[in-house]
Amino acid sequence: MKYRSNQAHYHMMLLPGLLLLVVFSIIPMAGIVMAFQDFKIGLGIWRSPWIGLQNFKYLFELSDSRVIFYNTIFIAVFKIIGNLLVPLTFAILLNELRGRFFKRFVQTVVYVPHFLSWVILSGIIVEMTTTDGLVNQIVKAFGGEPIIFLASNQWFPVILISSDIWKEFGFGTIIYLAALTGINPSLYEAAVIDGASRPQQIRYITLPLLVPTFILLATLSIGNVLNAGFDQVFNLYNPLVYESGDIIDTYVYRAGLINAQFGLATAVGLMKSVISFLLIIVSYTLASRFANYRIF
Amino acid sequence: MVTNRTFSARLAQYALVIFMILVLLTCIIPIWHTVAVSFSHKSYAAAGMVDFWPKGFNTIAYQQILADPVFVNSFFVSVKRVLLGGGINFLLAVLMAYPLSRSPQEFRFRNIYMWFLVFTMLFSGGIVPLYILMKSLGLFNSIWALVLPGAVPVFNVILLVNFFRSIPKDLVEAGHIDGAGPWYMLFKIFIPISTPALATITLFSVVGHWNAFFDGLIFMRTPEHYPLQTYIQQLVVQLNTQSIDSTQVELLSKLSNQTLNAAKLVVAIVPILTVYPFIQRHFIHGIMLGSVKE
Repeated sequence: MKYRSNQAHYHMMLLPGLLLLVVFSIIPMAGIVMAFQDFKIGLGIWRSPWIGLQNFKYLFELSDSRVIFYNTIFIAVFKIIGNLLVPLTFAILLNELRGRFFKRFVQTVVYVPHFLSWVILSGIIVEMTTTDGLVNQIVKAFGGEPIIFLASNQWFPVILISSDIWKEFGFGTIIYLAALTGINPSLYEAAVIDGASRPQQIRYITLPLLVPTFILLATLSIGNVLNAGFDQVFNLYNPLVYESGDIIDTYVYRAGLINAQFGLATAVGLMKSVISFLLIIVSYTLASRFANYRIF
Repeated sequence: MVTNRTFSARLAQYALVIFMILVLLTCIIPIWHTVAVSFSHKSYAAAGMVDFWPKGFNTIAYQQILADPVFVNSFFVSVKRVLLGGGINFLLAVLMAYPLSRSPQEFRFRNIYMWFLVFTMLFSGGIVPLYILMKSLGLFNSIWALVLPGAVPVFNVILLVNFFRSIPKDLVEAGHIDGAGPWYMLFKIFIPISTPALATITLFSVVGHWNAFFDGLIFMRTPEHYPLQTYIQQLVVQLNTQSIDSTQVELLSKLSNQTLNAAKLVVAIVPILTVYPFIQRHFIHGIMLGSVKE
């Protein structure tokens, strides 16, 4: 076999990366046992007392946990829906635009927010939503009362969801545009000969041909139902909006690293990881079965 | 293609252009506004009188930033992090993607390794165990704490694997016949012809390192070790004081020096906006090639 001699080289190429993964990804997984312990940092994993499922029991009795699970799913679901539909609509509209230069310019600019961090965008959002910030000036111009968006439980989730969709829609468009460039132009030519107008072409050619891509992305997003966006919430929230904005990840941060309830925080994190992991496996299985999608 | 230039079609086209300009504005205005605030006089900014043009133009905020040793230092911590972390990410992605892009016939353990990688990407121990690990390794306050946990960019490796697999078999076979070993193949053939994919993953990891703030926050105990985003997060963004009511939220955002904050944000944005246009044309190509599989 002519390839036999290469095996050792392949292993060597993989070695450094695998070692790092073992240290920084696999070893921390052993830390999951803390979820079943009354973990004390002074005692460490070896000597902290085992308490079985106590942390999980406590978790279900906690009134906070209902709120954080509800918030997480609520925010994540709306973000997922928006992040599927807005790029789809935008890609179709962009595709209808004539003038190559303008089209490329629009594309280039709408990708930009994706590359800015939530730290930066939060700084901008905080500044723009104060009572005399840019947003409230517009509210006042239309005769409304200024709103303190970031201190209002009514508005906070709206800000989270809309700003996330705004940040990501440009980037999300890439995959739809790729699908659009794959459409055979002769379909449109045939439609034009049959007398189809532009809206009819979108309705009967473009949309149906984007459906498989849409379903694929929708399937893959199932795994994100518990990911409501730590960076964004963490940088925008404050104690006043915990009620509407606190999510699993931010709760784990506060319980674990701020209040040193390591066992409880690990239990919450473990529960989230396991559910997410199962959801991802389900979604990838569905995607490979129905859309012939493979990760590699 | 036949285009019918009827009146309604042209009207629709105009409406579309106007819509696109509005969308563009929503993407540009927040950044533009921040730039305008950063060049304005403090009192105008605090009164909310700056919208799209600096009022009382001055560069005091930028002078103050340059004179702030902690800010300048955190900027260089970030630069160091990007170079070191980006370099490691690049090297490991390339080294791992090549063997994994070989067929199971060529590399027998390929699938086992691949599943291992995907498993580590999808499942993690969470932040608390990682925190304790870093503490016991004594990596707090070290730049390695920012670089090593994410040293293997699994997602990028997979993108690159898919790209490498699209490289024609004939080329690989020709190389083998000429006696090229795996290292030669990787460095002299695969890397030079993979510019779009390599530009894409480099952009992803560089932007990722530049934008990360959370690891800086938990692994760096003193502000001198903060990367830029963590510094900004601590001083500009954080409203998470323990007891707070709605007037205080207002007050906190007003009391903070808005022009100074804006200037700090601008300094953090500029490097991204400078690199981005050069790589932009590659990355769309790169992502598409990496995601389409036959």
